[in-house]
Amino acid sequence: MEFKNQFKTLFNSNASQKILAFAGLIVMFVVFSLASPNFFQFSNIVGILLATAVNGVLALGVTFVIITAGIDLSVGTVMTLSAVMTGVFITNLGLPIPVGILGGLLTGGFAGWLNGTVISKMRVPPFVTTLGMLYVAKGLALVISGLKPIYFSDTPAFGQIAMGDIAGIPYAVLIFFGAAIVAHIILNKTILGRYTFALGSNEEATRLSGVNTDKWKTAVYALAGLYSGLAGVLIAARLNSAQPALGAGYELDAIAAVVIGGTSLSGGEGTILGTVIGAFIISVLTNGLRILSVPQEWQIVVTGGILILAVYADMLRRRQS
Amino acid sequence: MDNILVSMEGIDKSFPGVKALDQCRFELRAGEVHALVGENGAGKSTLMKVLSGIYAKDAGRILFKGKEVDVPSPRAAQDLGISIIHQELNLMPHLTLAQNIFIGREPRRSMNLFLDEATLNKQTAELFATMHLKLDPQTRVSNLTIAKQQMVEIAKALSYSSEVLIMDEPTAALTETEIEDLFEFIRDLRAKGVGIIYISHRLEELKQISDRVTVMRDGHYIDTVQTAEVATDKIISMMVGRTIFEAKPELPEDPSNDLVLEVKNLNRGKVLQDVSFTLKKGEILGFAGLMGAGRTEVARAVFGADPIDSGEIYVMGKAAHIRSPQQAVWNGIGYLSEDRKRYGLALGMEVKENVAMAAMGKFLGFLGWINKSLVRATAKHHIDELGIKTPNAEQKVKNLSGGNQQKVVIGKWLTADTDILIFDEPTRGIDVGAKSEIYRLLNDLAKQGKSIIMISSELPEILRMSHRIVVMCEGRITGEFPIEEATQEKIMTLATARKAIVNDNSPAASAVAA
Repeated sequence: MEFKNQFKTLFNSNASQKILAFAGLIVMFVVFSLASPNFFQFSNIVGILLATAVNGVLALGVTFVIITAGIDLSVGTVMTLSAVMTGVFITNLGLPIPVGILGGLLTGGFAGWLNGTVISKMRVPPFVTTLGMLYVAKGLALVISGLKPIYFSDTPAFGQIAMGDIAGIPYAVLIFFGAAIVAHIILNKTILGRYTFALGSNEEATRLSGVNTDKWKTAVYALAGLYSGLAGVLIAARLNSAQPALGAGYELDAIAAVVIGGTSLSGGEGTILGTVIGAFIISVLTNGLRILSVPQEWQIVVTGGILILAVYADMLRRRQS
Repeated sequence: MDNILVSMEGIDKSFPGVKALDQCRFELRAGEVHALVGENGAGKSTLMKVLSGIYAKDAGRILFKGKEVDVPSPRAAQDLGISIIHQELNLMPHLTLAQNIFIGREPRRSMNLFLDEATLNKQTAELFATMHLKLDPQTRVSNLTIAKQQMVEIAKALSYSSEVLIMDEPTAALTETEIEDLFEFIRDLRAKGVGIIYISHRLEELKQISDRVTVMRDGHYIDTVQTAEVATDKIISMMVGRTIFEAKPELPEDPSNDLVLEVKNLNRGKVLQDVSFTLKKGEILGFAGLMGAGRTEVARAVFGADPIDSGEIYVMGKAAHIRSPQQAVWNGIGYLSEDRKRYGLALGMEVKENVAMAAMGKFLGFLGWINKSLVRATAKHHIDELGIKTPNAEQKVKNLSGGNQQKVVIGKWLTADTDILIFDEPTRGIDVGAKSEIYRLLNDLAKQGKSIIMISSELPEILRMSHRIVVMCEGRITGEFPIEEATQEKIMTLATARKAIVNDNSPAASAVAA
């Protein structure tokens, strides 16, 4: 009880979850820096940034879906499928790199569009639709690749998309930041962003206001798919190969990042900045614990605890206001 | 013809198993307020949903300014200039006022893709200015009171340059002063030539605001009359198809003097301040006050649904430790929420399941199996006793009318057999016929020895039903008196007795505690 009250006073008033999460991130930085001299090193920070890029890009798309009060469980395996398709276009078919990248993006976009269409036209709940898509994409990635990784050995330039750098910062990280800025603009400045919030706030009212809610909901899932496609291209470039067995579990990391970042699972509320911070919290935690030689299995346990704590703090804040 | 805006003829509409509208008609002139009345399930809302493009009609014609039109979608209706303000407000709570008003037709900038927030806010401010509304376009809807939200809905309708405005139960959630403001506003619109269709259960309002009244019953058109020429009683008998006693209040019998419930110095933040009251066996205690006075909060605190900072509750003379609704039920307290759809019923479940819900333990047999035949028998008993109109005990609750849903909730608490029942707005959204049945039920329950707290915003209801009346304002009890001494004026004075006033007359405050 005492603890709960202290927790309440610590986090109430107007401190939004975003500021809360940001403060948490800073605290983690300070604690890990004090605990180990290896943490606050340029190379380690770059490592953290790089580790965040792929999950971060996935989480950007998931943010939109969750703001509509939906969910997308398929982003991880759709990412894998997009990576495999990029490999097929570039390595197997020998198409130019830009065409391959476009192919990867469109694969993700198409899968997302399909999700959205099934959800809005066939009225299958998002959880079930995207769970189905998780399996479909996972299976297709294995079928198309013939169970084997596709390497980009003949096209070294492709790997540069992720690993090339400006002043030591890998392109993958810059692409993530760029994608986040684009997502922020879409969410806050465009018609799609407005309807994303409106759908999550009160879908029926939005529909009765004459908005074609089916169309815009489909667009939101397609956008999440496009971000999965981008993540697929990034991970393929980073590993210099498309690994068909990779990708399971990524959707959960992405959802965790979004939720830690203060986006409400009940819809209507959320920010891109919050999601970016949430994604960083997860990778800083993993990185820091690894540097402190905490076994990997325990890192996962701690991540779970942090997730629940973050949402609990958010609930307290909401109840206060 | 004299400015006929809308005319609907021979409208049919069926839902699976129900003929909701049978050869209905309706006519609206420019610059009139035309009331549409009827019991719940009479088809008023359905007819208006046909007019506003939410439902497609099965047969019939809609003429708008003399020309036959097709209204396939809400958007099409808006384009014609027909707007509807639903009973349950249709706003996006997370968005700002401006964003809500212009949803679906936001001003855009380059590429038709980017929003022009500046213009959006400016146009909204202009709109509010023409309506003399002092609201900031950039406030979030969730920060507004229900009355203000309703104004935002009206602003939204007007921004479509609507010539036809349909209002479904607009005063259901408003206080007296807010209703006055709304009526003033409606009169302004009427003077500007807007045609207003006004659906309401509060017949006393019709005289104040409407020019003509159309009555519907069981999906049929009954008649259209000039409001000024017809007595309210006549309208009621047209609605129910029979004459019902309305005027004479049934004065309840005197309760005994056994204290059943005693609440002392209940406090919760600013919401509840030193709330103390008693409840006797067989008594109906009316809680009067304006919306937000803290009456529901008292009920929820006594019922253990909200935590309290301090205070004591005695049931049957013994201190009761109530920290959850479960403990409240153990102590014999039942609560019937004002929002029965959200808090009182599992709408998608059957009548019998709902009736058994609060006392599942009674129906458990060997190894925790549910004794289904006992559930059904209990439900049947309550269906007969309470006169619940349902084909059978297996009907889903969502298919019943508001009055019958309320009876199912009552049945639920009778099954739980709690001695203290707290009714929060027991007749909200319930039509006249069903209302008097609910009143009769409350009286019967009190006669049987149940003790009842009745929270109501309708003064006639409070005056008609209560043995004793408690008045609240801003989280405090500002007065208490037996029914013989109660008048509408007295209650309203106390209901608006804000803190400053009470401090000036501190005897009044101490009299309450005594």
